[in-house]
Amino acid sequence: MKRKLISALVAGAFALAPVAMAQQKPAAGKISDGVVKIGVLTDMSGLYSDLGGQGSVVAAQMAVDDFGKTVLGAKVEVVSADHQNNAETGANRAREWFDRQQVDMITDVLNSGVGIATGKIAAEKKKLIMNVGAASTRLTNEDCNPNTIHYAYDTYALANGTGKAIVKQGGDTWFFLTADYAFGHSLESDTGNVVKANGGKVVGQVRHPLNAADFSSFLLQAQTSKAKIVGLANAGGDTINSIKAANEFGITKNQSLAGLLVFITDVHSLGLNTAQGMLLTDGFYWDMDDQNRKWSKRFFDKMKKMPSMIHAGVYSATMNYLKAIKAAGTDDAAAVVAQMKKMDVSDFFLRNGKLREDNRMIHDMYLMQVKKQSESKYPWDYYTLKATIPAAEAFQPLAASRCPQFKK
Amino acid sequence: MTEIFGIPLQAFLSQLLLGLVNGSFYAMLSLGLAVIFGLLNVVNFAHGTFYMLGAFGAWLTLQYLGLNYWFALVISPLAVGIVGIIIEKTMLRWLYKLDHLYGLLLTFGLALILEGMFRQQFGVSGQQYQVPDALRGATNLGFMILPNYRAWVVVASLVVCFSTWYVIERTKLGAYLRAGTENAALTQAFGVNVPRMVTLTYAFGVALAAFAGVLASPIIQINPLMGSNIIIVVFAVVVIGGMGSILGSILTGLGLGVIEGLTKVFYPEASSTVVFVIMAIVLLVRPAGLFGKEK
Repeated sequence: MKRKLISALVAGAFALAPVAMAQQKPAAGKISDGVVKIGVLTDMSGLYSDLGGQGSVVAAQMAVDDFGKTVLGAKVEVVSADHQNNAETGANRAREWFDRQQVDMITDVLNSGVGIATGKIAAEKKKLIMNVGAASTRLTNEDCNPNTIHYAYDTYALANGTGKAIVKQGGDTWFFLTADYAFGHSLESDTGNVVKANGGKVVGQVRHPLNAADFSSFLLQAQTSKAKIVGLANAGGDTINSIKAANEFGITKNQSLAGLLVFITDVHSLGLNTAQGMLLTDGFYWDMDDQNRKWSKRFFDKMKKMPSMIHAGVYSATMNYLKAIKAAGTDDAAAVVAQMKKMDVSDFFLRNGKLREDNRMIHDMYLMQVKKQSESKYPWDYYTLKATIPAAEAFQPLAASRCPQFKK
Repeated sequence: MTEIFGIPLQAFLSQLLLGLVNGSFYAMLSLGLAVIFGLLNVVNFAHGTFYMLGAFGAWLTLQYLGLNYWFALVISPLAVGIVGIIIEKTMLRWLYKLDHLYGLLLTFGLALILEGMFRQQFGVSGQQYQVPDALRGATNLGFMILPNYRAWVVVASLVVCFSTWYVIERTKLGAYLRAGTENAALTQAFGVNVPRMVTLTYAFGVALAAFAGVLASPIIQINPLMGSNIIIVVFAVVVIGGMGSILGSILTGLGLGVIEGLTKVFYPEASSTVVFVIMAIVLLVRPAGLFGKEK
């Protein structure tokens, strides 16, 4: 009976992934399989699903609708799947999409582990990944390939924006609280480098598992370090719970928190009383100007929440992908990427945007500060723009690339 | 300064205490599971979901009824207990005669459905709940600053856990319960209403999970996934302690919280796996669990 019980427990730990239906379409013109299919691969149900999730699917569909639903006479379709923050699940889904379901481009791909795994598949199958959601700089460095475009942001841009600003204000000793996987490590090392380059010092770090239940123990270690700044090299629910516990244990009295990847959905959930004053780097803020407000309000009408950088990025990536197909006259991945490098990609999301040689999309980034409760005038009025970081400075220079092809 | 295994004594003590706080949650949750398994023979996979419901119950009573934490501490477990009664009466009771696997699948399905509903309605970033005024602030213990609320969590959970243990092991009601576990038909023949006792036991077990949920709500962000994040660890706790052992589940819960807390200092990367390593070792050495009896 005991044995049965244990096998029952083990069986219960596995859930079945939903399987999408395959469709066959006749071939037409320069479009492979006669249809352009865009796959939104994201975290649909886990800790990052508010940053991407259903909102990314809606954003991709908005772009397809705005483009006119067809390109070069072929129909454009959006499909979506949940990668459950599991690199293997994501890679299997990407393989199935490319091999059997005529998917031509996959976007969002929130989560760096999944981003790296699916990038390899895209290179193997000669298809395209426009990675909006993942943050690790490895996507355009150690794990670079011609079939992965890194679109919205990366850990270098976040570190460069927030790290530099904080060191300049006098926060020169750092302790990191790091999510223990590709993204966290990348964010920690990139920020550490920025801190050191600007004359600061890194006194230590603690690596916590993804989705940790309790952060008090890690924060106490940060407190013992006596560093002026506790850098949160994590994201989503982990960042939220870290900030909450830091407030509870009074750590914020003597030390300051630096949220290295904070999304507007996190600030919304924490409330301004807990998050106020925090500096952060973002690639998009809905309330920055009329152009952003106009698109964001359309998104709000569908999702009942304001878009994150990832939602806006997925819209922009989908739109530029379709424009590039139209201009190139084919949906062949290599031709589309070459076209995108030639054409003007700037839109409301990509200010001064340019797809660089190494497939890094560069554009202006923004240093934001979270408003005080008293300064916030209407719902979602959360940020003050402190500085615009010009596209050319925001991202890792090409000369520093660790991608074998571009290594100097 | 005195050091233990290379870390300062102060840090060591404070991590022990924090481990105890987390252990309190494991203890309350695994106790509920143990009670339910003991009498119903059901592996309640929805236990984490009831913990989540408890936390949301606290948030909802504040949001919509304007009632504070202390009311929530009573109302939320009661409401979740009623949900438990409905589930037991309409679904679970048809499965008692079947293999464990059926009960597990049913409760697992319920967990997915309830979690999905809450995710659809509230998203995953979560809702925030403030620490009640009376428990705000922190106490300086010399070796650490302990937020008063965390101290309250340990006290409340110890009281609840040991009262449950006392009722089951030392009172007449508990004797009926234990008799029902041993031989339901014979107990019924002595005039004890076993079906009703079973229903109430299930309700009590899930109410305990909801109570833990209310206790947790000011500490962590209330979020539909909080249950599934914790429940796998709790299952490991129950397997280590021995299925169905009341005292075993309480002590194992507290003990593993402490071990996990210490792992966070010595090798934080392993803090989410240490419980399962211990589970594997215990299964090899004592397959019935530390406190369990081989049937």
